[in-house]
Amino acid sequence: MLEHYLPIFMMILGGVLFGIVMVKLNEWLGPRRPTEEKLTTYESGMEPVRTARERFSVKFYMVAVLFILFDIEVVFMYPWAVAFRELGIIGFVSMTVFILILLIGLFYVWRKGALEWD
Amino acid sequence: MATEIVLISLLKILVVVLTILTCVVFLVYIERRVSAFVQNRVGPNRTGPYGLLQTVADVVKLLMKEDIVPRNAYKAIHDLAPIISIGVALSTFAVIPIGDTIELFGRQIKLIIADVNVGILYILAITSLGVYGITLAGWSSNNKYSLLGGLRSSAQLISYELSMGLSIVGVLMVSGTLQLDKIVQHQTTYLFGWLPAWNMFLQPIGFITFVTAAFAETNRLPFDLPEAEPELVGGYHTEYTGLKFGLFFLAEYANMITASAVITTLFLGGWHLPYVEYVGLSSFILSLVYVGTFCVKVAAVMMFFIIIRWTLPRFRYDQLMNLGWKLMLPITIINVLLTGIVLLILH
Repeated sequence: MLEHYLPIFMMILGGVLFGIVMVKLNEWLGPRRPTEEKLTTYESGMEPVRTARERFSVKFYMVAVLFILFDIEVVFMYPWAVAFRELGIIGFVSMTVFILILLIGLFYVWRKGALEWD
Repeated sequence: MATEIVLISLLKILVVVLTILTCVVFLVYIERRVSAFVQNRVGPNRTGPYGLLQTVADVVKLLMKEDIVPRNAYKAIHDLAPIISIGVALSTFAVIPIGDTIELFGRQIKLIIADVNVGILYILAITSLGVYGITLAGWSSNNKYSLLGGLRSSAQLISYELSMGLSIVGVLMVSGTLQLDKIVQHQTTYLFGWLPAWNMFLQPIGFITFVTAAFAETNRLPFDLPEAEPELVGGYHTEYTGLKFGLFFLAEYANMITASAVITTLFLGGWHLPYVEYVGLSSFILSLVYVGTFCVKVAAVMMFFIIIRWTLPRFRYDQLMNLGWKLMLPITIINVLLTGIVLLILH
């Protein structure tokens, strides 16, 4: 079991290490001449107006919440899809009911206007 | 035994990572040359023969640049974000089968870094982590453009992840496994005795939706709204300089390679070259042919990515979200039901 997952951990470790080494190498090789203007936030050459820590559109939260709902339902489909042949007609009918409920949810969200971006 | 596994894995990882990085270097070059060709320009042709060393020169230049962190930025996360991006981009490749088994020094070696039985779940899980790199980069910069780019990007990535996950469900129903190696094995048979049983033919709707979602997941045009230069300057990496910017750039192209490899594995038959098993090659040559086939297929998909980028205009944000939620999501759900009905009729 572990021998299957060990290479994955090594790969992730390798990828992250590569990133760290590159960032450190850049810090070491690059010059360091900070000036007042260089360190201000870039706003197309204008004086920055306030910070970026402000409220933003609620729609982004909406998408995130909807994503969690639907993604969990997609995850439920994976084991069903793998075992589809063994489950046969009963499995298919149960999943159809499940998907219908999912579609009703999608339709409700749609009608409520949560998917509108204008 | 344990040290042997570690050594072999280390060797495989080294080869794969180095290959990906080399591919990225040439991919950037090819992209610039193709874009020049499409727009009737010359493109980079001065550094090295035919300009082949242009990207190498760019990377060296980025290495020597000053690493500027704006005063208002959150330094720790600002540093962390590109590392997450590149780490995620490089580690996705761990479960992709590059070829069949190969016999080297009297040992059967599987040409896959980690042959886990939840391969697809691993890919989905790791690619979801990629959202963190972009969102954190946008947030920590404390720049309005970056924040907007990061937010748009995270909304886009999670929206299309749904359709991506659902398009794979059809493939899973056909092949009945989550293991990528087995999915490729399943595609080595023939339909009607002559047509390769690639999932592209078995799952045409799933194939189209998956490729579309892959475009969105890799932030490529027509879905490159996170960067949308005319509106957002540079998007989430506006405040990045030097190699930290370079790492985002690298991660983007590494993601493109991974996406092409996943498309190849899931839908285009993976490493298998149709009819080659009838030629009667020795097993060693056959393994090499399979690896070559895999590379050619991945290269072809990447070429498709590049040409699409320089052919289509960018979506508006509302069009993008409408496409994701109102078209792709219902289509992929219906595709799951259709696949189920067809499979039930056939058995």
